[in-house]
Amino acid sequence: MSDTLRRTPLYDLHTELGGKIVPFAGYAMPVQYPMGVMGEHTHTRSHAGLFDVSHMGQVILRGPDAALALERLVPVDVAGLAEGRQRYAMFTNDKGGILDDLMVANRGDHLFLVVNAACKAADIAHMRAHLPELEVREITDRALLALQGPGAEAALNALLPGVADMRFMDVATFDWQGHALWVSRSGYTGEDGYEISVPDAQATAFARALLAQPDVAPIGLGARDSLRLEAGLCLYGHDITEMTSPVMAGLQWAIQKARRAGGAREGGFPGAERILQELADGPLAIRVGLRPEGRAPMREGTVLWDAPEGGRNLGGVTSGGFGPSIGAPIAMGYIPTTSAQPGTRLWGEVRGKRLPVTVCDLPFRPSTYKR
Amino acid sequence: MKYTEEHEWLRIEGDSVVVGITEHAAEQLGDVVFVELPEIEAVVAKGDEVCVIESVKAASDILAPVDGEITEVNEALTDNPGLVNEDPQGDAWFFKMKLDDLSVLDDLMTEDEYKDFLG
Repeated sequence: MSDTLRRTPLYDLHTELGGKIVPFAGYAMPVQYPMGVMGEHTHTRSHAGLFDVSHMGQVILRGPDAALALERLVPVDVAGLAEGRQRYAMFTNDKGGILDDLMVANRGDHLFLVVNAACKAADIAHMRAHLPELEVREITDRALLALQGPGAEAALNALLPGVADMRFMDVATFDWQGHALWVSRSGYTGEDGYEISVPDAQATAFARALLAQPDVAPIGLGARDSLRLEAGLCLYGHDITEMTSPVMAGLQWAIQKARRAGGAREGGFPGAERILQELADGPLAIRVGLRPEGRAPMREGTVLWDAPEGGRNLGGVTSGGFGPSIGAPIAMGYIPTTSAQPGTRLWGEVRGKRLPVTVCDLPFRPSTYKR
Repeated sequence: MKYTEEHEWLRIEGDSVVVGITEHAAEQLGDVVFVELPEIEAVVAKGDEVCVIESVKAASDILAPVDGEITEVNEALTDNPGLVNEDPQGDAWFFKMKLDDLSVLDDLMTEDEYKDFLG
């Protein structure tokens, strides 16, 4: 393993638990534990899984009208976000493409952002360049854990009494042994669960306390990917990029009324012209779910055709693999809106052979959030 | 039993060999979810990609360990790819191939040599 890879505060715990360590976004991260990707996936769906997501960026924005200022960079209603609530957002570019997706929480006197590991340096530079009136502070002394699955509520509530009363996308601070933990009821698996920001020095002890709960097992990046794929959630750099707009990606639910045509603060974010036009007229291509008819997974990069031979190249798979809870291969990709009706049969080219695949609605598995 | 550096095992049966992947390989692959077997009667050369094996994580190939003709494939793997993880050195054989020249097997590793190779 390269010495240049960064380690999270939980690195030693991962190796102690038998985690297989791989490089990911510049960090040495566990891709799986001895339970294996399939076992970890199903354990999270039936019990509770503990994920180390400390590689992700944690950022505090502070300053006068920080919410309104951030709205200059995201097509999201941040000013209308109540204190103690969190919202999904994305940084857009002038062409309406996505620079990164993120979570924004209103924590009273500041906004708390969680951004992708691979994008965090660029995101912070972007905010500093465009929001000069705000303090943009990267939090570098806190780990981030996610506890996901039907057993998450009971397990976390045993350590942090009161988290059971939170609703999906609530954020709050809880005391654990004299230390402030920043908790949100959210995640990246489609399951109910929490994300918890813990001071570095307490991270391992807190993770051990969670793992001591009867339902909780450690889960690696492999299952994190299959869980989010089943939940139809986008992976930045794959399902969403600078080339895809939020509307193409089917993320228009994240663009609240206030930022749309006729809204109180219409537009005013990078790429507004294109994004508002796509909201009105529909995008040319959209992200869809794909169900291969056979057992062969259709991975990222699989080319999609509209005929078993000849025909047109419609687009490609952006994420694909096996869905352990579906018991079959699943994928997502972009195709022209005119071919995107659920039930449409397409052909994915796998190792030179065109195999049938059916367009379907997302997600593959309904979420179980506590709304 | 003979072993290759690509973590295949070969069991000799008369003028044929039965081919599968080692426990070590199965463990490295993780949970297998898809297996594509070669066509029966296909004539293959050493190093040809003859099977596709996909785990939850990734796709990989099984290469023909020697020259020969595919005579039988294990259809059970098509319906139950997980067998590769359950019994890689037994029920989860992939294919049987007939060899022109059994002496090529002398170049492959014995079980002890394979264990040393794994280190």
